[in-house]
Amino acid sequence: MITIIDYKAGNLTSVRLAFDALGVETQITDAPEKILAADKIVFPGVGAAGAAMHNLKALNLIEPIKKQIKAGVPFLGICLGMQILFNRSAEDGGTVCLGILDGEVKRFVAPSNDIKIPQMGWNSVSLKQKHPLFKGIENHSEFYFVHGYYPITTVTETIYGVTDYAGVTFTSIVGRNNLLAMQFHPEKSGRIGLTILNNFSKWDGKC
Amino acid sequence: MLTKRVIPCLDVKNKKVTKGVRFQNNVELGDPVEMALGYSRDGADELVFYDITASAEGRPIDIEMVKAVARAIRIPFAVGGGIATLEDMYRVLLAGAEKISVNSLAVTNSSIISEGSKAFGAQCIVLGMDPVKTADRKKFPSGYEITVKGFRQRTGIDALEWAKRAESLGVGEIVVNSVDADGMQTGFNLELTALISTSVNIPVVASGGAGVPQHLVEVFTQGKADAAIIASMVHTGKYTIRQIKDEMVAAKIPTREKW
Repeated sequence: MITIIDYKAGNLTSVRLAFDALGVETQITDAPEKILAADKIVFPGVGAAGAAMHNLKALNLIEPIKKQIKAGVPFLGICLGMQILFNRSAEDGGTVCLGILDGEVKRFVAPSNDIKIPQMGWNSVSLKQKHPLFKGIENHSEFYFVHGYYPITTVTETIYGVTDYAGVTFTSIVGRNNLLAMQFHPEKSGRIGLTILNNFSKWDGKC
Repeated sequence: MLTKRVIPCLDVKNKKVTKGVRFQNNVELGDPVEMALGYSRDGADELVFYDITASAEGRPIDIEMVKAVARAIRIPFAVGGGIATLEDMYRVLLAGAEKISVNSLAVTNSSIISEGSKAFGAQCIVLGMDPVKTADRKKFPSGYEITVKGFRQRTGIDALEWAKRAESLGVGEIVVNSVDADGMQTGFNLELTALISTSVNIPVVASGGAGVPQHLVEVFTQGKADAAIIASMVHTGKYTIRQIKDEMVAAKIPTREKW
């Protein structure tokens, strides 16, 4: 059973439907005790970092999330659920985030007017390290992105994938031990994205 | 590199996909769920679903059909037709859509854009616009006037002014429909698409007129589009998405080639 954290940041239907298609059972919850009892966690999210952090605090979810990551529970961050794992985000006038990973989230600035912000569509990911969740995934595969802010870290050993957009190379997949997080939406990235979710459903959290 | 999106559009009426010429004389083409699944397997980068009679019949969108399509596909999914309130938007998102397309309603009640954008994020809100060419450059500096109700009613609003206003209200993407081109399969309106696309900072989707793969090449180069909607040319079986993408690749357009 996969526990999907609902912190009122966007629509979780697509994530649930993707696991349904794989025949993997899910529960969607905002209850700290259910997250503390989870054996596999998906941390999705679409929207703004400020509101997301506010909701996580109000729902008392920060400690359970940190505790479970520390305990080695397989943990998958998606989109905003990746961004707020870092120290801070430039969004909403500057937002202090969870600080589980070293790095920050910056705003895309269009270098010319043919580059549109947000990035919306399919872009390729250069894989930087091997990972159990990449089994069956070719390097430079394309995934579906929708975001106006991008995560970036200088901690090389946590960088699993990078992507180019609007003149920057940003960290599109980050990971450490039992934690892997991605800026793109695997649940919306066709068969290739579904492969990542399938690998996650079978992952023991070890690299 | 970010790729240019190829987006099949399902116009749905009485639970069937239909297609007309210039929004008239629609013929039935098939089951929406089967067609959606087929296109997602054939390499569509996104899918659009319009409940084309919901608005005119004054009823809510066919939510069961939206759910069935969302369940079948694993690619981004935009839905439009009969969406009048925040509650309607929420129901569509909960049914499994990523994006909500508003059109006529946004012209008369533009607060639906800002409210929707605030509630669900700009990336969720797509503005469909139906401009027609006009000779009155004094009143319409862009040369195009926005119409509503399936091109039946003029609004007195300049197309470019409306696009910029919608961007500032918080839409995440604009679909530029061309009535003159719709169903004609004679190519997109390149002039209009380029005009809008170079004047806003959000993605612009061209719609109406696709008949051969070369039309997509043109709209991604001369038309400066970020994405293009196709219908008749694939619904009739005349072309596959693979054939379209092969021509895009040959023209060195960034294209998602593997799926």
